[in-house]
Amino acid sequence: MQSVWTLLSWGPEGWLDEIAYGVFITVSLALATLPLGLLIGFLIAVAKQSQERSLKLAADIYTTIFRGLPELLTLFLVFYGAQIGIQQVVRFFNPTASVEVNSFVSGMIALGVVFSSYASEVFLSAFRAIPRGQYEGGYAIGLSKFQTMRLVVLPQLVRIALPGLANLWLILLKDTSLVSAIGLTDILRQAGVAARVTKQAFLFFGFATLIYLALAILSSIGIGLIERHVGKQEVQR
Amino acid sequence: MRFGRYVLIATASALFALGSAHAQEEVVRIGTEGAYPPFNNLTSDGKLEGFDIDIAQALCDEMKVRCEFVAQEWDGIIPALQAGKFDAIIASMSITPERLEQVDFSNKYYNTPPGLAVPKDSDINGVGKEDLAGKTIGAQASTTHFNYSTVTYTDSTVKPYPTAQEYQLDLANGRLDAANDDIIALTQWLDSPDGACCRLAGTITPVDEIHGPGAGIAIRKGETALRDRFNAAIQAIRENGKYKEINDKYFSFDVYGD
Amino acid sequence: MSAVDHPAATEALRPPPPPRGWPRERVIGYILVFLWALAFVGLVAYLVSAWKPDMFWRYAPGYLSGVWVTIKLVAISVMIGALLSVPIAYGRMSRNPIIATFAYAYVYFFRGTPLLAQAFLVYYGFGSFRPQLDAIGLWSFFRDAFNCALFAFSLNTAAYQAEILRGAIQSVPKGQWEGAESLGIPRLLTLRKIIFPQALIVALRPYGNELILMVKGSAIVAIITVYDLMGVTRLTYSRTFDFQAYLWAAIIYLLIVETLRHAVDWVEERITRHLRR
Repeated sequence: MQSVWTLLSWGPEGWLDEIAYGVFITVSLALATLPLGLLIGFLIAVAKQSQERSLKLAADIYTTIFRGLPELLTLFLVFYGAQIGIQQVVRFFNPTASVEVNSFVSGMIALGVVFSSYASEVFLSAFRAIPRGQYEGGYAIGLSKFQTMRLVVLPQLVRIALPGLANLWLILLKDTSLVSAIGLTDILRQAGVAARVTKQAFLFFGFATLIYLALAILSSIGIGLIERHVGKQEVQR
Repeated sequence: MRFGRYVLIATASALFALGSAHAQEEVVRIGTEGAYPPFNNLTSDGKLEGFDIDIAQALCDEMKVRCEFVAQEWDGIIPALQAGKFDAIIASMSITPERLEQVDFSNKYYNTPPGLAVPKDSDINGVGKEDLAGKTIGAQASTTHFNYSTVTYTDSTVKPYPTAQEYQLDLANGRLDAANDDIIALTQWLDSPDGACCRLAGTITPVDEIHGPGAGIAIRKGETALRDRFNAAIQAIRENGKYKEINDKYFSFDVYGD
Repeated sequence: MSAVDHPAATEALRPPPPPRGWPRERVIGYILVFLWALAFVGLVAYLVSAWKPDMFWRYAPGYLSGVWVTIKLVAISVMIGALLSVPIAYGRMSRNPIIATFAYAYVYFFRGTPLLAQAFLVYYGFGSFRPQLDAIGLWSFFRDAFNCALFAFSLNTAAYQAEILRGAIQSVPKGQWEGAESLGIPRLLTLRKIIFPQALIVALRPYGNELILMVKGSAIVAIITVYDLMGVTRLTYSRTFDFQAYLWAAIIYLLIVETLRHAVDWVEERITRHLRR
């Protein structure tokens, strides 16, 4: 039996390089999903607090569906379903064409829609925490609707929404592990391959779990720094 | 012709980028699993190896195309083919009536019978339904072996595993009383140090409706030109000795069957 | 924008009358709602066109048993988690630094790592310690995949529930404790009769959310060979390659989650009646 240190070493003998690649995939997936999720989440929140009923309804349907489905199922629906759907649409125009939705993009879309439906709730409650007077003040000094949003509301919104969004980031980081089920070589999948080849399941799954823990701790530190930074701005004002 | 078509990964831009851009060299993308030794297996430095891989390489050489291998989870390998992630599956996939409803197959490129592995100290000595009554049997999900188990061993619990290696773990630690798989995959494992826990309980007589005539190359429905080329290539490597060379590298007998 | 500078209107802000005509928001809204409607019609049409009675009768019983396994798994692990969460929450609020650190580490570990990784660790990881587990008589428990899932889920939800419990108890003002103390009410009785009823109102919604998260999270047990709803779905899909297998699962999960959500709303409505004026 090989020693633990050989198994966790870098190079052809050990699995550290494979797992490091998994960490790279996991982190890049989470980072790629974040802006997508934030953007959609923000738009959904704007739609939800709109006075236009139809816009609200459309947004409500969106969050009901994607908060109600298991993340794993959403992932499968996107991975297999979107693929088949897009394929059929494209074939309609060009019968020999093929379109590929790779597992990274599928993962990004699936995690992005889930993230955005939770983020919209965070943004929405942040919106509600901002008094109407802020908008009215903005309009009163002649700012347009968009300018008011960008210059007056958004800076406050970010500050209020930050703790909620930070929490969602930690959830996102954990949810990325689901992409291992559609074959993306993230941390958990690489650990799984190592575990079944070496038969050292506890070692590698334990190791993978500790990496996630380390990522969570790093994120917490990072979030703490951002929060302090944002907090300082408030004091300066 | 669809090979060498430039395929964009991003979904949105793909819609606009459908104009075919023929590459210099024709490329056939081959989907395989990479978790089924000795047929296809990923090494610890991420390379694919095994009988399927060598055969695929030989076929591509014969067809004068370049092979690109894509490792894909077994569970989703047919949907991935249909979705165009690759052009052919060479992954020890048995030609079955159920699969023929979804994809087309080349002729078989090998055929070996299924078998049943049990722990060394097991009291199971046969492969009949009554031998396994009340036992727990593991098999890889979405395989002929899994289907055979659920259909045949109706008095037993049948558990699906994502790859062969997981049922091996569970057979070794005693969660499973038996595992059903291809006889070669089983013997390869049983002969290795990892398989020391277990032994072969017997060979299962293949059932045509479930196991089919052997392992073939799966391609999307209706792509008969590609299928014919694969068939011709299989024929050619059988005749020019390339097949025998690969066969002898892995096995001590002819896996092509009769 | 709305003209609310009228002094009488400051008491109750009236929403401005909905704009008439076709402002941009309305156009976008109608288009989106139309797209959703199209998607639903498409879904129904697809399910109707793909409807095969023999397939339904072949696989429907499997789906039912899958739903039952999912419900059983979630119900039992949430209950065990609730029991475990009490000492953990107590530990989190403890003044003893060792106990507090330990409880914090527990909570951080289970909340900081993916449930899927925890499930793998228990199922395959513990599997490699069979001789040791056999020696202490625990193997017969961990042999079963369902029990492994139950074990991992219970520990996981205990961490989340402990935080909910702690948050709820700490949300009750200190004055409530002091008031009870000055009346000579024992601490345990204070907790049970005064603090707990107030904390429950705060905790209800998070508890409901946790329950929903568990239902959704339970789908991952399909990967460790449990035939829950997701497991049955994957099995059906691998047999038929028919995409409606996943669509039916989606519909069932949505029904379960929406039922739970409305149940929580209803309970909240009931127990906060005294707060409404």
